[in-house]
Amino acid sequence: MEYQNLFTQTQVTGPASRGVPINAYDMRERTRSIGFSHLMGRIGNAQIGPVYLGRLGVASLIFGMTAFFIIGMNMLAQVGWNPLQFVRKLFWLSLDAPAPKYGLTFPPLNEGGWWLIVGLFTTISILLWWLRTFRRAQALGMGTHVPWAFASAIWLFLVLGLIRPVLMGSWSEGVPFGIFSHLDWVSALSIRYGNLFYNPFHMLSIVFLYGSVLLFAMHGATILAVSRFGGEREIEQIVDRGTASERAALFWRWTMGFNATMESIHRWAWWFAVLTPLTGGIGILLTGTVVDNWYLWGVKHNMAPSYPAIYGTVSDPALKAPVAPVATGEKK
Amino acid sequence: MKNFRQKIAIACSVLVIIMLTACERPPVESKQTGYRGTGMDQINNPRTQEQLAKINEMPAGVPASPDGPKAGATYKNVKVLNNLSTAQFGAFMVSMTSWVAPKEGCSYCHNVQNFADDSLYTKTVARRMIQMNQQINSNWTDHVKNTGVTCYTCHRGNNIPQNVWFNPDENRGGNMLGNTNGQNDPAPAVAYTSLPNKPFAAYLVEKSGPARIVGKTALPTGNKATLQSTENVYGMMTHMSHSLGVNCTYCHNSQNFSSWEQSTPQRVQAWYGIQMLKDVNTNFLTSLSSVFPPNRLGPTGDVAKANCATCHQGVNKPLLGQSMLKDYPYLAPNQTMPKDSNHSAAN
Repeated sequence: MEYQNLFTQTQVTGPASRGVPINAYDMRERTRSIGFSHLMGRIGNAQIGPVYLGRLGVASLIFGMTAFFIIGMNMLAQVGWNPLQFVRKLFWLSLDAPAPKYGLTFPPLNEGGWWLIVGLFTTISILLWWLRTFRRAQALGMGTHVPWAFASAIWLFLVLGLIRPVLMGSWSEGVPFGIFSHLDWVSALSIRYGNLFYNPFHMLSIVFLYGSVLLFAMHGATILAVSRFGGEREIEQIVDRGTASERAALFWRWTMGFNATMESIHRWAWWFAVLTPLTGGIGILLTGTVVDNWYLWGVKHNMAPSYPAIYGTVSDPALKAPVAPVATGEKK
Repeated sequence: MKNFRQKIAIACSVLVIIMLTACERPPVESKQTGYRGTGMDQINNPRTQEQLAKINEMPAGVPASPDGPKAGATYKNVKVLNNLSTAQFGAFMVSMTSWVAPKEGCSYCHNVQNFADDSLYTKTVARRMIQMNQQINSNWTDHVKNTGVTCYTCHRGNNIPQNVWFNPDENRGGNMLGNTNGQNDPAPAVAYTSLPNKPFAAYLVEKSGPARIVGKTALPTGNKATLQSTENVYGMMTHMSHSLGVNCTYCHNSQNFSSWEQSTPQRVQAWYGIQMLKDVNTNFLTSLSSVFPPNRLGPTGDVAKANCATCHQGVNKPLLGQSMLKDYPYLAPNQTMPKDSNHSAAN
């Protein structure tokens, strides 16, 4: 029954831990208050705080919250400032990118100008937050694995909203800020560029995404399974294996002939996670800039299967003589 | 502890109930319509099918003999149906009343003091609509086949068909905020998506462009269609799918949406439907703009126009494919055989 538990089984409470003292400056920047939450203890550490906000954190939050506020105000204005309609239509509402006619110029605020401002503020906010994770990791004498993993996600974000629109010569290619609208954008991108599933970098991204899920499940399960032997003390076991580690390793050698080690499994996980947005970003970057129809690209490179024509001959009716004068029209 | 668990349980069950409100109850039926592995199939919910069968029941026709004196000779001011026998003419007037104005009766279109009088605008509109029926049934058999349409196909007992569209009154909010870009609103016309919800003016009137946005070459060779025009097409396609109660794969192979060679014959029929709507909206409906009183016009002063839902109303064949023409043959005076007989077979 133990493995069915969703929540942490052991919750030890003690005096608040102030963390490692580094220097007077960094101690000064931490919040003084420390609280305990039983609920948080069920999914992590029960101790809340101290938080290190710092100047970067404050600046990042100001830019981020301004962007969030602008999006909210735009959405509220779309429903005539009616809070009930705002809640009801929240998933539908969106702050959209400028129309194609504006290219890379700055459009009027109501025509996508706010979208550009929000994009700028969100980007500043995220980059400041990245710097903050980098500086805090250094302050603690840690490696910078977390900021670089975060940078991989930022790369995809920048490709979607900045680099690709600039290369395409139009802000209208950017992603709208909205729940359903950004999903519509994803579908539209795939349809417009002839099915993104034939984009090899999209394929790689999916491999790493699903691979991350698989690795996460395998690793989480392995460690939980040997926690009765002290298996969660993974870091010590890198150099001093102990029985938990040996059992876990033997289990995977028994079942698949090979095992990761207490160190390498974390390198696997880190790289799979980092490569997901990294390869995805490359795939998006190539879409429209150097490839216009991924399906036809797949046909050209012998990767798209063809199926028997079971419906008989279906051909483009527009190629026949026009059926009525109204049928002719210019492409919009 | 117990209290805490209860709270969690209540919160979870409320969440699950909320999440399920937008769902249809299983089981649903799925039918494979294409080659294995291509995902070409149709999903139908048998409970929805029952409802649709009920609202698509065909009204009883009123048959009448074509023999006897002609209506044009008997009545004054008969301009379109003057070759009908008086029996047919009377039967058709009765049918038309029950289809379009069952509550108002004859006086909806006629001055009851003088039936020949053209003073009511509704009479002028009705006359043009009879010509529209004849045009559709005679010259658009590529779309309506020999099933054809009557007034009832769209009207279903309403003065104005339930599903019509007007040119949108652009909601741009104030000067600074609130531009919805004609989207981001759960409109039934586009199946409650947040896609552009008034895409019709771009595709269903005279000289509107084709919806072709996908490039014909692997590498960029000048196809400049934007993502936003793609979303517009997407809105239109969602409208078609929702109006017909079918999935994308009823017409398209999602491997390559734009390829005709991989599409089903239904896509060709749908293409003719779009051309038919251009004809109907331009030559029959918009041409009546000056006839309608202001309260029948849309926010920008245009007449109500037709889209796929106007006839289809949730089923792939209006009235589930039943033809009403046998009792009203004069609505299809010069019926031609469909030009593409190959795509009627697999319907």
